[in-house]
Parts: sequence; C-alpha cells; structure tokens
Amino acid sequence: MSKHFIFRTGRASFLMNRRALQIVTGLVAVLLLMMIVSLGIGQLAIAPHRVIQALLGIGTEMERLVVWSFRMPRILLAVFAGAGLAMSGAILQGIIRNPLASPDIIGITAGASFTTVAFLALFSDRSNTLTVSIQWLPLASFIGAVAMGFLVYLLSWKRSGVAPVRLVLIGVGLSAAVQAMTTMLMVLGPIFTASRANIWITGSVNGTNWDEVLTVIPWILTLTIVLFFYARRLNMQEFGEELAVNAGSSVQKDRFTLLFLSSALAGGAVAFAGGIGFVGLMAPHIARQLVGSSFGALLPVSALIGGMIVLIADLIARTAFAPLEIPAGVFTAAIGAPYFIYLLYRSRNK
Amino acid sequence: MISTNPFRIGGIAAGLLLVLVLIWASIIFGLTDVSSRMVIDSIYRFDQSNEHIIIRDSRIPRAFIAAAVGASLAVAGTIMQGLTKNPLASPSIFGINAGASFFVVLGISFFGVASLNAFTWLAFTGAALAAAVVYICGSMGRDGLTPIRLTLAGAAVAALFSSLTQGMLTLDERALDQVLFWLAGSIEGRDLELLLAVLPYLAAGLLFALLMGRQMNVLAMGEDLATGLGQRTVFVKLFGAVIVVLLAGGSVAVAGPIGFVGIIIPHIARWLVGIDYRWVIPYSAILGALLLLAADIGARYIIMPAEVPVGVMTAAIGAPFFVWIARRGINE
Repeated sequence: MSKHFIFRTGRASFLMNRRALQIVTGLVAVLLLMMIVSLGIGQLAIAPHRVIQALLGIGTEMERLVVWSFRMPRILLAVFAGAGLAMSGAILQGIIRNPLASPDIIGITAGASFTTVAFLALFSDRSNTLTVSIQWLPLASFIGAVAMGFLVYLLSWKRSGVAPVRLVLIGVGLSAAVQAMTTMLMVLGPIFTASRANIWITGSVNGTNWDEVLTVIPWILTLTIVLFFYARRLNMQEFGEELAVNAGSSVQKDRFTLLFLSSALAGGAVAFAGGIGFVGLMAPHIARQLVGSSFGALLPVSALIGGMIVLIADLIARTAFAPLEIPAGVFTAAIGAPYFIYLLYRSRNK
Repeated sequence: MISTNPFRIGGIAAGLLLVLVLIWASIIFGLTDVSSRMVIDSIYRFDQSNEHIIIRDSRIPRAFIAAAVGASLAVAGTIMQGLTKNPLASPSIFGINAGASFFVVLGISFFGVASLNAFTWLAFTGAALAAAVVYICGSMGRDGLTPIRLTLAGAAVAALFSSLTQGMLTLDERALDQVLFWLAGSIEGRDLELLLAVLPYLAAGLLFALLMGRQMNVLAMGEDLATGLGQRTVFVKLFGAVIVVLLAGGSVAVAGPIGFVGIIIPHIARWLVGIDYRWVIPYSAILGALLLLAADIGARYIIMPAEVPVGVMTAAIGAPFFVWIARRGINE
C-alpha cells in the first residue's frame, strides 16, 4: 500500500498521506462528539444519549425544541464559521509565506465588519428593525471582505507584482483606517445599533436561526470545493516566487485568485458570526503540526480545527458567565493572542 | 529642505505662530457662531450666556487639548520610529493606544473608576504593558527588531486589546454609551480639568524627548557604532520607551486612541529638516499640534450639525500616507 492517497480528477489533484487521512477521520469523529456534548450543555442540561434521541426525533418535546431550534443552529454556525476562517487563514499563510498572516491581521475581517455595520445602519428604521431581509447581510460582508482584499492587493502591487511583506504592512494600515470608519458609524447611530454592532464586531453566534445557517453553509461548502481545485497551486506559492515560476506556475494570477477565495471564505464566516479573531491564525498552525504543510491535508484539517475552536469558544461564551453572554470572539482573542506571541517567539530565528 | 540653523529656528517660530492661529480658529469656528470679541469677553466679562459657556467649557478646552495631544502623539511616533528603525512605528499601529484604552475601559466598566487621576494611571499602565509586550516580541531572536516582526506583533497586540475592550462593552451598555465616542478618539466635550490632570506627564515627556535628540542621533548611526562611541544603548532605549508611554498613555487618557498622527508627522518633519533628531523632535511636536487642530476643526464641518470623531479624520488623512510609506519600501 502506498504511503499516499492521491486524488486526481481532471484539473484537480492533491495528495494526502494515509496518516493524514486517518487524522482527518479522527478529527471528524471528535468534532461530532464535541457537537453532541455541546448540544447538551446549557441552562437545560441534556445527557449525550438523550441528545442523540432528540436529534432522531424521539426525545421529549422540550429536549427536541432546545436541541433542534436553539442550540443546533448556533453550533452549526460556529463550526462552519470557524472552518471558513481557518481555511481563509491557511490560504493567506500560504500566499504571504508568513506564518503569522491571518484575515484579521491584514484587514479582510475589518473590511467585512465595516460593510456589515454600514448595512445595519443604512437599512435599519427608527425602531431598529431591518427594512430589508437579513439574507442580504452576508452579501454585504462578502463585498466588504473581497473589496478589502482586492484593495490591499492593488495597493501592494508595484512594478511586476505583489511582495508578501508589502501586502501585510498595507493590510495592517488599511485595517486600522477601516476600523476607525466602523467606529464612526457606531458613534453616529443610536446606542442600540451600536451595542448590536459591537457584539457583532467582536464575534458571536448568539441568537443564530436556521435561516442564517442555511445561508452560510452552502456558501462555505461551495468555496471549499473550489478551493480544493487550487490546493496544488497553493503548494506552489509556498516555494516562493522564483521556484514557483520556474515550475510553471503563474504565481501572480494564482495569488490573486487565492486571495479572492480567502476573502470570500472570511466574508462568509464574518457575515453571521462576526469578527471572531485569531482563528484564522491558530487553526492552520495546529493543523500544520498534525499533518505537515501540504495543502491537500492542511486545508481539511485546518477547517476541522477551526470549527472546534469556535465551537469551544462559543460553549465557554454562553456558559461561563451565564446568564450573561460574552461574545465568543473575546475568548478566541484571549487564547489567540498569547498563541500568536508564542509563534513569534518560536520563529524568532527564522 | 530647510538646512541652515537660522532657517530652522525661523521655521519653529513660524510654526508656533501658526499653532496659535489655529488655536484661535478652533475657538472661533464651529456650529455656534462666535466672534473674537465674545472670546475675550467670555474670559474677562463672563455673562452666563450660551455663547460664553460654549467658549469656556467647550471651545477653549478642545483647542488646547488638540494642540497638546497632537504634539504628544507625533513625538511619541518620532521616538518609536527612531528607536525601532521602523518607518511605520507609531502608538496606534503598535497597539499602545489599544492597551491604554483597554485599561481605561476596564476601570470604568468593572471598577467604576471616575477619578481623572485614576484614568491617567490606568492609561499609563496599559500603554506600558502593550509597549513592553510588543518590544519583547519584536526584538526576540537573532535579527533583533525587524520591522515586519514588530509590525505583526503590534497588530496582534492591538487586536487582542481592542477585542477584549469590545467584549467588556457588550456586557455593559451604559459604559458603551459613555466611552464609545471616546473610543473613536475624540477631543469634543473634554474638560480642561482632564487636560490639566495629564499635562505634567505630557510636558515631562515632551521635554525629555527634546533633550534626547543628541542621543537619538548617535543611536541612529547603528547599535554597534553607538556602543563604540560610549553610548549605553539600553538606557537610551529604556528612556525612550518611558517617554513614549508618558506621551501615548497621557494622550489616550484625555482623547482616546487617535491614530495615524504618530506615523505621518515624523516623516513630514524629517522631510523638512533632515535626519537630525535635535530638530526633528521639535518640528514633530509643532506639526503634530497643527495636524490635530486642523483635523478637529474639519471634523466639525463634515456632517454638520453632528461631528465626526477626530480619530476618524486622522485615519482618513493617514491611511493613504501609510500606504505610500509602506510602498516606498521598508527594509526587512
């Protein structure tokens, strides 16, 4: 039996070694287990076997209601948003070739936050109800994320291409400017909108409904599938400019497409879960330690780990200070920032 | 551009004069029409009229706060850029403003702090903590303080603190209302008292910065050379860090986290007077005051009768400049 599992159809191909395949399977199992446990935790505690019964529709009505209507949507959203952010981060780290890049550091999340808050401000009437369907919200954050990614890309273009370092620096600067604009929208709006926007910017999956989940899941899934056709090119990016060009890769064109995919994934996640920070940074790193840096394996493992991180953050957010709800983003930042510093420390001599 | 000393001194005199003119303009211009005569009357013959109250309680404080905060942030940026040799170093990008804000909001929201003195000390603590973390992170390893590592560390620290600040505010809507405008960076509606509480620290920071020009020049020649010339570089850096904390922390305590002043101004100052820090520092102070005064006056007219937080104005001016500097190149 060969060491690698090779996937090849038409233009897409990637290889995943057997160990990676085992890890992916294991992680899927762990994630499902975590979801079941998490579904049972809350004000009404439900034992795991009863959760499964409720899922199958044979529990008590109360339990079915809590599991299916209250907890399931937010847990699914947490998992998918985490996965989207994680893959977005994995792509960025690949194209920027800096292990410390992530959608929140280079401003993609900030761009999405801005258009989302603008959307809430523009389409809310005096009584703070939206005048248009919430279904349009992901479109707004998507536009913000992609526009920001595009702007950062455009501004870092010089002579013959985009240097990764310039991309990071310009991203950091624009991110600060866009955050200032977001704050302005919050200041000018009524305090109620501001506090809603504030929760959203920090990142929270509280109060998710099925409509939102059913909007975000197809989004992330479609992008994920497209992304897998690019896994091989992503591997090329990591070789660096010259080697990749010599190997026949159109680096700049790929870099652009990949940046688009990364922005779109982050935008989709941010649309409903808000700016949950540091997931895009942490998940790919943990994944790399598990399966190495070939993207065929790295992407799915990052996605699974990202999903777990947000799931746990949300679980803490809704239980630790109950009945108060703290945005999940606070916990990902509280864990993520020290982790970032640790990564910086570990890569100190590189 | 200005290369001889008499011209440089003339420039400083002209700059100071311009600062006075803008302070005057800042008092006169705004939603409520105010004449020069009224300003003088409000000081010497105060008659409780609305205009007089506005002048005394709002216009005069914000004019002086703008000047002091602008100068402080600009000089903090100059020192940071000099010490780290990073053209993008500044209190906002490196998370120092965010650290100070976090501690102030923590104080207001969790411990019900209301005293001005406590505000100031909280801001200093936060600024110092953030500065220390960023500096340690950025300078680990063989290559020392590389610009990219420093910038990344700064961005991460800023993200951490602002995310924690927002988290606290989601729990406390009353505090949110109270600090939202402040968090955007604003000098509107601040008491003169608040400025007076931090003025000693800002003044001390500015004074020390001015005295540090020569040492900064030596350090700019390179660490090895500076050591060879007998400079204790560690002390210079430590001293510089204390100045940055005094200036940035004090500014945040009064005006909230105002960004980009610290990035733009040092570049303009260097463009004007060259690389000699004995001149760059005073020029930065004056230009910083001018920038914030002008931005604050502009902030009143954009969406009149409401006001744009001045931090948004500086970001709007600063972002293109930031991009330009980043494009011009930064040595990794």
